[in-house]
Amino acid sequence: MGKRAAAIAGFVEWTPQRVWPKPTFALEAAAQLAAEVLADAEIAKDEVDSFLIGGLPESPMFAPSALAEYLGLRSNFSEVVDLGGATAVGMVWRAAAAIEVGACETALILCPSLPPPPPPDIGNSMGKLQMPAYLGGDAWGSPQGQFELPAGLAAATPSFAMVASRYMDRFGLREETLAKIAVQERHNAQANPQAIFQGKPISIEDVMSSRRVADPLKLLEIVMPCWGGGALVVTTRERAERAPHRPVFVSGFGEHLTHKSLTYAPDLLESPIRLAADRAFAMAGVERSAIDMASMYDCYTITVLLTIEDAGFCKKGEGGAFVEEHDLRFDGGDWPLNTHGGQLGMGQAGIAGGLSHVTEAVRQIQGRAGEHQLAKVDLAYANGTGGMLAEQSALILEGA
Amino acid sequence: MMRYASDGRPLPTPTDTSRPFFEGAREKRLVLQRCPRDGFFFYPRSHCPSCLGVDWQWETVSGRGSVHAFTVDRVGHDPALASQVPFAVAIVELDEGPRMSANIVGCEVDAVSVGMRVEAAFEDVDDITLVRFRPCGD
Repeated sequence: MGKRAAAIAGFVEWTPQRVWPKPTFALEAAAQLAAEVLADAEIAKDEVDSFLIGGLPESPMFAPSALAEYLGLRSNFSEVVDLGGATAVGMVWRAAAAIEVGACETALILCPSLPPPPPPDIGNSMGKLQMPAYLGGDAWGSPQGQFELPAGLAAATPSFAMVASRYMDRFGLREETLAKIAVQERHNAQANPQAIFQGKPISIEDVMSSRRVADPLKLLEIVMPCWGGGALVVTTRERAERAPHRPVFVSGFGEHLTHKSLTYAPDLLESPIRLAADRAFAMAGVERSAIDMASMYDCYTITVLLTIEDAGFCKKGEGGAFVEEHDLRFDGGDWPLNTHGGQLGMGQAGIAGGLSHVTEAVRQIQGRAGEHQLAKVDLAYANGTGGMLAEQSALILEGA
Repeated sequence: MMRYASDGRPLPTPTDTSRPFFEGAREKRLVLQRCPRDGFFFYPRSHCPSCLGVDWQWETVSGRGSVHAFTVDRVGHDPALASQVPFAVAIVELDEGPRMSANIVGCEVDAVSVGMRVEAAFEDVDDITLVRFRPCGD
């Protein structure tokens, strides 16, 4: 990928909302996202010859063909990516790699996350819905259903809380340091009109006194689930250069995973981020010090701290000191992080929440960030974290 | 699909592969698979996750270990457990090496700490036995 053969040409990001005014099927939302992102990049629908999605509730099997049929696409490369919060980043590099090897030329990355219309009441024939808190772990035969869920290890927060507990014991991290991450991301959100927490700045004291959810994590260190959606167009360098916005090359990428349940992580404090980031930086041939802005997956404050360390911006165990020593704000901060407010400030709209970190890097590189625009961004690090600190994908994005 | 105890708690459903673990627990023994090359592993699997060998044997282990990491769930992330909060969940590193997740019982939730020594505590719930851990001296 050092060849900079594939570039992001355009994006669309819907404003996350707690209540979406109109229930919409994923097929319908994907069609709307496709129309909007193609308009942004001024690329014709007939030029699209590939797409990536994160699943399709209306067609759990044969999802790509169902989407191609609904949108009227003729696709040479179609994929469902299943990496949780790392899905969107995983989609970007898959699209770029497919374009670079010549499998396709123009790919849509579609991340709809809207509430579907409720099914009509037709009795119990739909079968019993699975409990969302189990994240699919209650399937028959699932090890998670036998060994994690009966202990109450459901959803994601308790797992990340356990990572924080171990980190604090090992490295002496203070809760106030984690709180600073939430406060400064929330500050950045004040300059993003699409952020769900715009108009609601917070202080360290606010975080520290917020409800204890899973020790040591407190409510204001945890993302707010929302509805929303986002999309990107990835295309060849040549085609991106003829689009209206500055092309954003996918210069490097990496991905790594080893486990589903945190219990079986090879090392709770050495996350898969390290190997994904090392590969991405090596592929792009750039140093950490050359990065102008970081767009790090932030489902929880502890995720950001581990990402700063494991992506190689400081040594293991020094993430707390790094956060204390640096100013993460977009306006004058020496190390701007999640300038859109992150998901902590913007809201987490399913896999579109993970996409927001890529979109913000693209927005900054293209000079389209409005109120929260940084002075100069040519090179950005963006990553996604899925599941229980499990799936990890990293990108180096570079302005043409 | 999860199944639930008469008191509402989520319960495991053993498979043929995992059944010996739960049968051991019923007899208040912690039993793990041991690969002749790679040692103990957990959770129960058809193949050793290190070498994919199938010549493992079930063995009774000490049931002792240390709290590797923990949290206190204050809200009930599983709605079925919302009435039980606060409760402690830990990743316990067994003295034999493998890690497993379990509730810590037998002490106040605020007394749990990383490094705390614990031993297996077996609790019969309906037709199954849950493995939990409680503080122990060493």
